Amino acid sequence: MDNTYELNVTVNGTSYQETVDPRTLLSDFLRDGLGLTGTHVGCEHGVCGACTVLLNGEPVRSCLIFAPQVQGQEIMTVEGLGTVDDMHPLQEAFREAHALQCGFCTPGILTTLLPWLEENPNPTEDEIREAISGNLCRCTGYQHIIDAVKLAAEQMN
Amino acid sequence: MKPAPFKYYAPHSIPEVLDLLNEHGYDAKILAGGQSLVPMMNFRLVQPAVLVDINFIPELSYIETHDKGVRLGAMVRHSQAEKDTLIKEHAPLIHETMPQIATVQIRNRGTIGGSLAHADPSAELVVVSTALEAQFKIQNQKGERLIPASEFFVGLLMTSMEPEDLLVEVQIPPLPSGSGWSLKEVARRPHDFALMGVAAILTLDKKEICTEARMVYLSAGDGPISAPEAANMLIGNKITNELITAAADKAAADEIDPGSDIHATAEFRRHLANVLTRRALEEALQRAKDEK
Repeated sequence: MDNTYELNVTVNGTSYQETVDPRTLLSDFLRDGLGLTGTHVGCEHGVCGACTVLLNGEPVRSCLIFAPQVQGQEIMTVEGLGTVDDMHPLQEAFREAHALQCGFCTPGILTTLLPWLEENPNPTEDEIREAISGNLCRCTGYQHIIDAVKLAAEQMN
Repeated sequence: MKPAPFKYYAPHSIPEVLDLLNEHGYDAKILAGGQSLVPMMNFRLVQPAVLVDINFIPELSYIETHDKGVRLGAMVRHSQAEKDTLIKEHAPLIHETMPQIATVQIRNRGTIGGSLAHADPSAELVVVSTALEAQFKIQNQKGERLIPASEFFVGLLMTSMEPEDLLVEVQIPPLPSGSGWSLKEVARRPHDFALMGVAAILTLDKKEICTEARMVYLSAGDGPISAPEAANMLIGNKITNELITAAADKAAADEIDPGSDIHATAEFRRHLANVLTRRALEEALQRAKDEK
């Protein structure tokens, strides 16, 4: 099927023009098309949350969106959050509180929490558990992640 | 876990959508929020030849009041409805339902119209819209028509819409004065598919006699499952704890038809239905009394 699509999209503040097959998932476009491999691909059916990115500022599952659907829109991936030399306070808190072991779920959790912490600057533990309930972690058992979110909230205030 | 190839269209107006649906018929699927369709495509459970993406049609995303009820464009996203003050005021059951649906990432993308057109019997909106006696506005090239919820859902993942039809609007009528409502469900983890759930609406007259009762169940059969016999036990009476227990027993034992799967047995689902019916009716009753 001759079937290509000219995609214009802004990712982490940079504009891209790419030709894509419409069936390309946004997660695969980010990783394979743009080389932004910080977005992880877990279940590919919207359950694990590893592929969460911000679409126009809101967390969405990038494995449930086709690349052409983000035409003209703004994406932010974990690469847009900070760099190794200049980490976001949320990333600093995750490092400080040992909130990651293998790190597979971390990008999805960070992108889920970034807008959430702005709306909920003083969260309770229950609220944090609720906020990350769409993100599976198979290593740390969540407690350190919750500690990190509390720490991040303190430091970001 | 990659979808099969398809031809992609992103029309910018409703007439363009209707033209495409008319041209491609059964080969085409409408892509709304995609939160049910895309997983099914990734699993290759469905392989539509044509996808008609309706995300670039801004005029399908409105929320407005009408005759004290609300009308929602089919592309209103769950998170938009969740935060909307008109819905909170005029359709409080919808407002209360929203946070119980899936995760925030799904609610940011999933749409009201998409969930209803998908007609999953475990979807909260399917049972809530049935309990609220919502009407669905459908358009095709020949014109438009309204379908009541009771005639819209016709089976497992099936509606009475034809391939050339587009769901454009959901109309939620206001509840009569003296009405209370509730949605209760049980899921293994927050935001998972619910093992069982019930939407209940009660209306009381000035003497607190029940004039109308509706209970509709999710994950209890091939569609939204109503319990009219249990509801009739309540209508015409002053609602007591004993009556609530009797109605819950009736609905859970005789009127629902839950299946067994790896998540729960049918017997456990009936048990949950009984408990949830009591809780939902108690909450709806209290709200109906408070409203007077």
